[in-house]
Amino acid sequence: MQNFDEMYAELPAGQSPSGGVQLQFQGQSQGGQRQFQAQGVRPHYKGYAQWLARQSGETMRARRDEAEMIFRRVGITFAVYGAKDENGAGTERLIPFDLIPRIIPAAEWAALERGLVQRVTALNRFLHDVYHEQEIIQAGIIPAQQILGNVQFRKEMMGVYTPHRVYSHIAGVDIVRACNAKGEGEYFVLEDNLRVPSGVSYMLEDRKMMMRLFPDLFSSYRVAPVMHYPDLLLETLRASAQPGAPDPTVVVLTPGMYNSAYFEHAFLAQQMGVELVEGQDLFVKDRYVYMRTTRGPRRVDVIYRRVDDDFLDPSVFRSTSTLGCDGLVDAYRAGNVTICNAIGAGVADDKSIYPYVPQMIEFYLGEKPILSNVPTFACRNPDDLKYVLGNLKDLVVKEVHGAGGYGMLVGPASTQQEIEDFRKALQANPGGYIAQPTLSLSSCPTFVESGIAPRHIDLRPFVLSGKDVQMVPGGLTRVALKEGSLVVNSSQGGGTKDTWILEV
Amino acid sequence: MLSRTADHLFWMSRYTERAENTARMLDVNYQTSLLPQSAAVAQVGWQGLLSISELVPDYTAKHGEITPGSVMEFMVKDQGNASSIVSCLKAARENARAVRGSLTTEAWETQNQTWLEVNRMLGAGEFERDPGQFFEWVKFRSHLSRGVTAGTMLMDEALHFMRLGTFLERADNTARLVDVKFHAVQSDFFGAASEKDQEYDFYHWSAILRSVSGFEIYRKVYRDVIKPERVADLLILRADMPRSLHASLNEVVSNLAMVANDQSAETQRRAGKLRADLQYGHIDEILANGLHAFLTQFLDRVNELGGRISRDFLVPVRS
Repeated sequence: MQNFDEMYAELPAGQSPSGGVQLQFQGQSQGGQRQFQAQGVRPHYKGYAQWLARQSGETMRARRDEAEMIFRRVGITFAVYGAKDENGAGTERLIPFDLIPRIIPAAEWAALERGLVQRVTALNRFLHDVYHEQEIIQAGIIPAQQILGNVQFRKEMMGVYTPHRVYSHIAGVDIVRACNAKGEGEYFVLEDNLRVPSGVSYMLEDRKMMMRLFPDLFSSYRVAPVMHYPDLLLETLRASAQPGAPDPTVVVLTPGMYNSAYFEHAFLAQQMGVELVEGQDLFVKDRYVYMRTTRGPRRVDVIYRRVDDDFLDPSVFRSTSTLGCDGLVDAYRAGNVTICNAIGAGVADDKSIYPYVPQMIEFYLGEKPILSNVPTFACRNPDDLKYVLGNLKDLVVKEVHGAGGYGMLVGPASTQQEIEDFRKALQANPGGYIAQPTLSLSSCPTFVESGIAPRHIDLRPFVLSGKDVQMVPGGLTRVALKEGSLVVNSSQGGGTKDTWILEV
Repeated sequence: MLSRTADHLFWMSRYTERAENTARMLDVNYQTSLLPQSAAVAQVGWQGLLSISELVPDYTAKHGEITPGSVMEFMVKDQGNASSIVSCLKAARENARAVRGSLTTEAWETQNQTWLEVNRMLGAGEFERDPGQFFEWVKFRSHLSRGVTAGTMLMDEALHFMRLGTFLERADNTARLVDVKFHAVQSDFFGAASEKDQEYDFYHWSAILRSVSGFEIYRKVYRDVIKPERVADLLILRADMPRSLHASLNEVVSNLAMVANDQSAETQRRAGKLRADLQYGHIDEILANGLHAFLTQFLDRVNELGGRISRDFLVPVRS
């Protein structure tokens, strides 16, 4: 299996992320001049590689410690589910930040951006169709059962008007670069996150950190700016208000400070200058939503919710939820408030719907998909299931409704026992799983304990859909810090990197 | 602004102020305990400190006998004691974290840094190594917290609710300090006393003054020897003494006026009346009618104001 690296055209033999050999500073143990083995550097990394070669190990370590100290002070932490310790401080962890940026050339990004706009546009068209005419079912492209029987399908959304026909206002599309059939590096879509994708605050904080730690790099590299994301987000949210709200009041709805992404909720609310509300701050009266303020009730027009569908309205969904607001769905259906992302958007990012996205693009837009899917086996098909069961050790198997790197099997990295356990789960409920070949995600040099070594990465750009579809040039690069690991999720020991889109 | 946000900001400031005042009192007691004095007097000091916060029963249940080391540990490091410095700093930080988006970056980072740092210091045994320096540090973090909010926050409701919290808490804490410290002197402190007593009194009163950064102020204002009635005058009635009851109530009244809503008129009236009592009060009258009675009533009224502020602004207004 060929491995692509972002910085190097070819990794020296034995230095792939899973090969166990570190790229090192030469003379690391003997002293003498430190020099990075820089043969075969891809053109857009040339300047950076030269710069890196001039940095000493101590300097880099000092910068890393500085970054950690700043992240702690700023409180850029996330809570780990189930983790607890006595004083409560230990439940707040830092997501490791890596000093070495992931750099993408302008031309590659331009193609990626076109592909993302196309894909998200089609997905929103699909969602509108699902909750209105259902033409894609009538056309026989996706079986009705796949959509209507999906737990993410919300019948409450049938016929509900959404401004600009947008359902997923904020989409986080997970992209990996891997080897295609022609043996070239290509961007693939691994997953569409259309409900409440998180991570954008790390994209912004990582950039801020890099500019603080290495200002000289930014004067020699023309890196496209990303810091206007909150502006675009606010524009998108305001544009998504119902026509009857000319100067809409936008709020961010958070489950509260113990949620793992709380920092991001607070950060985005602050950056947009809108209120950060919890369910208890909202109430519905006469099918309008209000928040409780020190000066009495105030109308709310757009809710950027970071709470899952199930918890949004105890009168419609989970009745025990205290995170939502009674009557919210009713107000929504009456067209008196906009919920972003729309309720029921999850039916389009389900892993069982994912294989149909290329067909959706052709069906709704009449275009060829610009970005490819990863080949996927749907285990509900007997043929696919048979193949999957016979090749578990080579495949990645995922729960259809799973997220966050939980409930998945990475065949090549698993023990025989883990594979057998998973086999039983799979046989018991084939429809609950899909499988994909183990993609060798591209790697990027990463600062680890023993020096600099290649580690696998992915990319999550954030696509905003309101009146228009737009995005900032960049995204969140996640890196699997464990040697050989392909799992980049922060809950599974992943870190982040700044992502540079070059302007020229 | 959201009622819940206002509530968190109000309590964030109260806890910060409470941590500072606890540090001030501990510091004074600690400094005083370095002077030659009888064991009984020292005991009274530590006991008084616990009674200020109404903590004698809790303390006794946990530690039994009152010893300086145990009292300091109980009031500084004990997370089981909601009034300890570490508990107050934690509560302040948790409240800040719940509304970090409503604070400026600097204001939030100050709160967060204080919490991270206090954990580090206590973990590294820095408090035991030099209690005086630790108390200084707590005071300065509180100064910093107030300075950062005043210097960076938009002068809107958020800032007013924070200042309401600060000064309501300060009025409460100073009143408790005066009450307990005047009680601590068993003898008739306003009458004639032996020379030995007078010497003791000097250290007693100057310690109280120092605990509210008032020693130099006293000298400047009265240009005379330290007399108990003047200490009381300074801490209760002087509007220009930043930690006095009068000064604190002035801030409470003006910040209340800034956030007034449809239902807060009665609360404003009561705050104004309490302030007027201080503004037009005279120390001789107060002493004649009994200082303890005056302060007890004052604390009740401050407590009631706190309850009314919660009802008027912080508990969500029902539709």
